Amino acid sequence: MASLISPRTLKRPDNDWPGYRFTVSNPLRLDCGVDFGPFTIAYQTYGTLNADRSNAILICHALTGDQYVADPHPITVHPGWWSTMAGPGLVLDTDRYFLICANVLGGCMGTTGPKDINPETGKPWALSFPIITVHDMVRAQKRLIEHLGIDQLFCVIGGSMGGMQVLQWAASYPESVFAAIPVASAARHSAQNIAFHEVGRQAIMADPEWCEGQYLERGRAPARGLAVARMAAHITYLSEAALHRKFGRNLQDRNEVTWGFDADFQVESYLRHQGSTFVDRFDANSYLYITRAMDYFDLAAEHGGSLPAAFAGASSRFCIISFTSDWLFPTPESRELVHALNAVAANVSFVEIETDKGHDAFLLNEPELFATLRGFLNGCAEHRGLGRP
Amino acid sequence: MSRSAAIELGGVVSPSPATPADRLRRDLRVIADMIEPAARVLDIGCGDGALLGYLVSEKGADARGVELSQSGVNACVGQGLSVIQGDADRDLDAYPKGAFNIVVLSQTLQATRNPRRVLETLVRIGERAIVSFPNFGYWRVRLSLLARGRMPVTPLLAHQWYDSPNIHLCTIRDFVALCGEMNIRIEKSVTLDRYGRPYALDPRGSLANLLAEQGVFVLSRGAA
Repeated sequence: MASLISPRTLKRPDNDWPGYRFTVSNPLRLDCGVDFGPFTIAYQTYGTLNADRSNAILICHALTGDQYVADPHPITVHPGWWSTMAGPGLVLDTDRYFLICANVLGGCMGTTGPKDINPETGKPWALSFPIITVHDMVRAQKRLIEHLGIDQLFCVIGGSMGGMQVLQWAASYPESVFAAIPVASAARHSAQNIAFHEVGRQAIMADPEWCEGQYLERGRAPARGLAVARMAAHITYLSEAALHRKFGRNLQDRNEVTWGFDADFQVESYLRHQGSTFVDRFDANSYLYITRAMDYFDLAAEHGGSLPAAFAGASSRFCIISFTSDWLFPTPESRELVHALNAVAANVSFVEIETDKGHDAFLLNEPELFATLRGFLNGCAEHRGLGRP
Repeated sequence: MSRSAAIELGGVVSPSPATPADRLRRDLRVIADMIEPAARVLDIGCGDGALLGYLVSEKGADARGVELSQSGVNACVGQGLSVIQGDADRDLDAYPKGAFNIVVLSQTLQATRNPRRVLETLVRIGERAIVSFPNFGYWRVRLSLLARGRMPVTPLLAHQWYDSPNIHLCTIRDFVALCGEMNIRIEKSVTLDRYGRPYALDPRGSLANLLAEQGVFVLSRGAA
């Protein structure tokens, strides 16, 4: 591969990162059968929990997201990934609500994951870390919510893999979720999405620096593999129209093609940049584990193959949102969810938002998304006795 | 603004509406009056949520909606109403039998691909269905075709033939006949004039079929 990026050394975990740490001391029974723990959950909160603990919103982050929703990322120093959505006066209004976001189990931003030390061996877990599922992530979050003394979350919200967690919450702990907002998500990971994830994992594992997962022990980093994984995945987050609008066939800092394999096109340069910056903040093994958790996600399978059965007894108010140009989690998958919820007479709203921004639209400035969520949340807040804004 | 123009624009009927009911379009008010307080209601083709909002706030209904347009859905969800983006042909099948006390299909039947199947679904998922539709037997419609030889354009049928979403128009008589064929019981019916005022006419008679601009029917599944 010609001049892709220079390998970098992954930064080691840093306990100085801002936010809270909670130690889950009683082991958690994971789907794979392992009793895991004690382990650490790193989380952030914004706003203030009210006296009767009824205004908490749990934000579930996506595959490569983290708990830094609304404050600068400690490594990249970029604004929080949902800083357009969460803050004073914004849709997730920190003047009204108490926002919680925890790094997922298996992650690499402070919650225990494969880059952390296995206390039994004194070495990084690497591939000896147990396989985790979306349900396991939610089980861990439930422990955190109990620790915070919250019986019922006012809302659980998230996009993409975050939306999967929202659905798992609503299915597994219906009484703990007043309102559920899965955005650009689905009740199971599609064959196409598993296929893309496999490409990413193979890119990582094909990097000789990966060392069968033991790169940290050996002081190496599969940066090229991880960067390629990110590049491939990033394409799936956009849309043909968005790529064309942003880049077209424009050349990068040159007037004509170079008759070689340099990044002639702006879109190549952009992807290389996405790949090379990603490796500074993400652990390659975490990428393997979390993509696998998404692949294994199939809510109906947990309930005898019936999606409506997963939501039998769901008491939450649902707001399901999809985007017209999202081909990773296309609208029919959201519609399937709507039909399953209709089948059990759940209270559900569903909006498909017109945009050319693809799957990433949930992270971007989409006025229709904001307006819909604001209205839905205000309606829910009234029903929950949190008053009007 | 003339009253008929107000109806055409879906706006307010009287200049200074006194009560929430007055603010509701007349034909929707007729429908609202047929709905018991605290009922479980599904409004299909709920538009901007005028009827839904009224049923929730004034009648304490547990009301849900289905609407095709994104702007309509957003307006509804933005008001805190539970509405899904979808249509009557595609998105009703999942509801279980008797899921609602009342299912409302207002001015939408004529725009569905398969009205017969939709009607069947309505009386399956609702204990009762309220269906309103423009009467194609209305004298102005007939006159337009007879005298001018042109496809009718009226306040209720406001589109030209080439851009009309209304693909399955029927007369009140046609509708009554279909209900008979499908063993659907007509529990109640009201015919409305062009101002949305009820006529004191038997909806099964030819006079209603000629004079009424629209019909509102309360239906339920006939005995097997």
